[in-house]
Amino acid sequence: MPEARSSSGAVNRPLSPHLQIYRPLINMVMSILHRMTGVALYLGSILLAWWLTAAAVGPDYFAFVSGIFGSFLGQIILFGFTWALLHHMMGGIRHFIWDTGRALDIESVRFLSMMTGVVSVTATILIWGAVYLAR
Amino acid sequence: MNMRTPLKNVRRLGSAKEGADHFWMQRVTAVANLFLGLYLVWLIASLAGADYAAVKTALANPINTVLLMLLIVSSTIHMRLGMQVIVEDYITGEGAKIICLLANNFFAILVAAVSVWAILKLSFGS
Repeated sequence: MPEARSSSGAVNRPLSPHLQIYRPLINMVMSILHRMTGVALYLGSILLAWWLTAAAVGPDYFAFVSGIFGSFLGQIILFGFTWALLHHMMGGIRHFIWDTGRALDIESVRFLSMMTGVVSVTATILIWGAVYLAR
Repeated sequence: MNMRTPLKNVRRLGSAKEGADHFWMQRVTAVANLFLGLYLVWLIASLAGADYAAVKTALANPINTVLLMLLIVSSTIHMRLGMQVIVEDYITGEGAKIICLLANNFFAILVAAVSVWAILKLSFGS
């Protein structure tokens, strides 16, 4: 029997189901968020470079950049940056634990995944609350 | 003179000829980033709302200069490795993949260079 082929000539073999087929699970959601926060931090590195550059260039340009970071939108972005950093950090600690071969059973995986989200959100709110109260 | 057998030289290096270097470097920089990232959060939080003179004084402090440079080097290596995996996962076309991997290297090194310049100017500049 001739095999079914796509236009490029590759044999049409059955594909394994992808993301949209599964019900979201906490460990899967945290895994995806780990990669997404990684990408966010990758792009966010521009912000740190920009802020450092502004401080190095001089007071006028620094005031301009500070104004942008201090605006409502700027604060939202920095809040998101803080959460992304802490979330990626917590996910990293989870991966360190897994790297030792520990906590790979379903219950531990669920617990650690849950804690990644809980700790990152709580710590972000606490840090921003402390900064705003101190000002 | 190399007394090793050819097999000894290639063992554990795999088809990419670099063994577990990628994985290991990602972990080494991750450990560094854990501490340096917390330091960054503390530094920025402590400078929230500060005026230019205060920010300049803080960033000219040698401890901050060294820690910020370590953070920049460690985090740009880490993000370069991470983005490389993402590109290899999702970009299947060979040409597009090579362009993305090149762009990834250039971006990470550019961010590092600009940041290190700024940190050094804040430290040594007038």
